[in-house]
Amino acid sequence: MGTISLKNISKSFGSTQVLNNLNVDIQNGEFLTLVGPSGCGKSTLLRIIAGLEQQTSGDVLIDNKNVNKIRASERDLAMVFQSYALYPHLTVRRNLETPLRLRDYNAFERLPLIGNFSPNKKSKTESINKLVNKTSETLQISELLDRKPGQLSGGQRQRVALGRAMVREPVAFLMDEPLSNLDAALRVHMRSELSELHNSLKTTFVYVTHDQAEALTMSSRMAVMIDGNLLQLDTPQEVYDNPSSLSVAQFVGSPKINIFNGSSDSSGTVNFLNVNLKRKSSENNSDLHIGIRPEHLEITNDKNENTFSGTVAYRENLGSDIYFHVNIEDNSKKIIVRGLPQFTHQITNGSSVNIKRDSNKALLFNQKGMRIHFNNAMV
Amino acid sequence: MEAKQYIGEGWKHAILIIGAIVVLLPFYMMVSMSLKSQQEIQSISGGLIGAQETQTFPVCVKTGYSEEECTMKPYKYNYWFAFEKAPIPRYLMNGVIVTLSIFIIQVLVALPCAYALAKLRFYGREFVFSMVLFCLLIPVHGIALPLYVMLAQAGLVDTYSALILPWTISVFGIFLMRQFFMTVPDELIDAARMDGMGEYAIVWKVMLPTAIPALLAFAIFSVVAHWNDYFWPRMVITGNRDLFTPPLGIREFRGGIDSDEFGPMMASIVTVTVPLIVAFIIAQKRFIEGITLTGMK
Repeated sequence: MGTISLKNISKSFGSTQVLNNLNVDIQNGEFLTLVGPSGCGKSTLLRIIAGLEQQTSGDVLIDNKNVNKIRASERDLAMVFQSYALYPHLTVRRNLETPLRLRDYNAFERLPLIGNFSPNKKSKTESINKLVNKTSETLQISELLDRKPGQLSGGQRQRVALGRAMVREPVAFLMDEPLSNLDAALRVHMRSELSELHNSLKTTFVYVTHDQAEALTMSSRMAVMIDGNLLQLDTPQEVYDNPSSLSVAQFVGSPKINIFNGSSDSSGTVNFLNVNLKRKSSENNSDLHIGIRPEHLEITNDKNENTFSGTVAYRENLGSDIYFHVNIEDNSKKIIVRGLPQFTHQITNGSSVNIKRDSNKALLFNQKGMRIHFNNAMV
Repeated sequence: MEAKQYIGEGWKHAILIIGAIVVLLPFYMMVSMSLKSQQEIQSISGGLIGAQETQTFPVCVKTGYSEEECTMKPYKYNYWFAFEKAPIPRYLMNGVIVTLSIFIIQVLVALPCAYALAKLRFYGREFVFSMVLFCLLIPVHGIALPLYVMLAQAGLVDTYSALILPWTISVFGIFLMRQFFMTVPDELIDAARMDGMGEYAIVWKVMLPTAIPALLAFAIFSVVAHWNDYFWPRMVITGNRDLFTPPLGIREFRGGIDSDEFGPMMASIVTVTVPLIVAFIIAQKRFIEGITLTGMK
C-alpha cells in the first residue's frame, strides 16, 4: 500500500507563510507531481511528507495512519534528492547497503568486528546483498558497485541515488527535482526511464519539479502550487486544457499562453482586439482576460473580421515547429503563434502577418484570475 | 620563452630562494651542530658535519663514564650522550600521549558542537556561536593562573590530566569544523536521516568522513601547538621528570656540569623535531588526496 493524505497542512517559517491549508490525497501507485515556480512551497511540502520538516498545523496520513509524530526513517518512505546526496566516502555498494543495514541490523550487529558474532547477521547480510544486486541489475549499475560517487558521471549518480531509494522497497518514493542537475538530453531520457520504473514498480511516486514539461510528461496527476496554495490537482491533460485559474494557465504550457485584455457586454458577448467570440461568457458586463495557447493561433493569408494583424518581431525555429513572436496593434504584449515549417518558412522577422484562431479554444478569466466558463446554452 | 622573461622569472626565484634560506638556516644549524664537536661549534668551523675526529669528551668523563667509553666520533657521541643524559624516549612517549589525548578529545567535543552549530536549528544558536567566537579572542596566558589554581585545588598538578584537561575543548576546532560543515549540503544530512541514522550517527558516520581534510588541518594546528608547548607543561609539571614533555626535556641540557654542551642538546632537539616532520610528510599526501566533496555536487 502507499496512500498518502495531507489534511489542512500549513507551514510557516517565523512570520512567513509557506504553505496555506493544503489538502491532497495521493492514491496508491500514483505518480503525483507537485509542480510550481521556485519558492512556491512544493519542496517544503515534500519534506513534510518525508518527516524532515514539521508542519505548523494539519495532519499527514500514510496508509491511513497519522504519522505526525513518527520520525522520517520510520515512515518507510525513500527520497531522491536533487544533488543525489550520496555518501561521498562510501562505494556505490555501501551507499546502497546503508539504508538496509540501518533497517535490518540491530545495534549490536552494526558494531565493527564483534557484530559479526551475532548468529543472525549472516542471513541478514545475504538478504541485503541479494537486494542490492537485484536493484543494481534493474538500474544497470552493477559494474559501478565498487566505485565511489566522485568517480561517477551525473547520470550514473542519479541512478545510484534512485537505487538507494529502491533497495528499501518503500511504500512511496519522494523525489525532489531529481533531474534538474542533468544535462538536457539526459533529462529527457531519464524522464522516460522514470516513467518505466514507475510502471514496473507500481509504487506511489511523489515528484517535485519546477519544470512543467516533466510534470506533463510523467505524472498520472499533477498538483499545481503557486505561493503556498494548491491551485489545481488533476490529470496533466485536464490541467493543460482546463486550467482553473490564470496563474495555472500561464504556468503550464510552453511557450506561455497568450493573454489578451477584453470585456463582455450585457449579453455576455466577449470582445477583444475588435474581435467577438461566438460563445457567450457566463459573466456579463465585466473586464476579462482571454487566454489562447500558441498552437490555437495560426498565421493565415486571409484577412477578415475574425483575424488580427501584426508584425513578426522574432522567429523562433525549433525544427518541428516555428514560433512567431508577433507585435499586435492595441496589445501591449507580444503574442506567440505556432506555425508549421512547411507553410511558414517564407515568413521572416519584420513580416506583416494575419492571425486567425481556432474556434472554441479560448479560455476566459476574470480580473482576479479565476476561470470563467462559457455559457453552454448559448453555443 | 624570451630572455627578458627568463630574467623576470629569475628575480622571482631569487627572492623565493632567499626567503627559503632565511627560514631553513636555523634548521641547517641545528642539524649541523648536532653532528659536530664542541670545539667546532664554538669556533664555527667544520662546515656541515665537521671533521668527525675520534676524540675523548671531557663532560662525559666528568659525568662518570670511563675514558674508553667516552672516546668516539662527535656525531655518535652527541646522540648517544643525549639519550644517556635524559630519558628522551620517555619524553617522546609523553609527548605522544599528551598530544594524541588532547587531539582525540578535542575532536570528540568539537565535531558534535560544530555539527549542532552548523546544521541544527535551535533557540540561541547564534548566541552560542558568538560565544565561541568570543572565546577565540581570549589568550591562553590570560587564564593560565586561574586554571593552575583550579587544577591545584583538584590535586591534579603533576599528572597527565593537568597537561591534557585544559585543552580538551578547542574553540578553534569548533569554529574551524563549523565553517567546514556549513559547506556540506543539507541534503546529505536529510538523506542520512531518511536512511535511519540518528544525529550522533550522522556526526560520526557522515560528517566525520567528509571532514577528513578539515580535520587534518586542525590536527596540524593542535598537535604542533601542544607538542611544542613549553609554557603550560612548565607550569603544571613541577618535579616529576617522568611526565616531562619533549620541550621540557630539552631544558635538561641547559647548563651542564661545567658548561653548556651544544652537541648533545642539538641532537636531542633533532630527535624531538623529527617525529613531527615525518608525521606531516605523511599527512601532506593525505591532504592533497583528501576525500573531496565532489561526489555530492
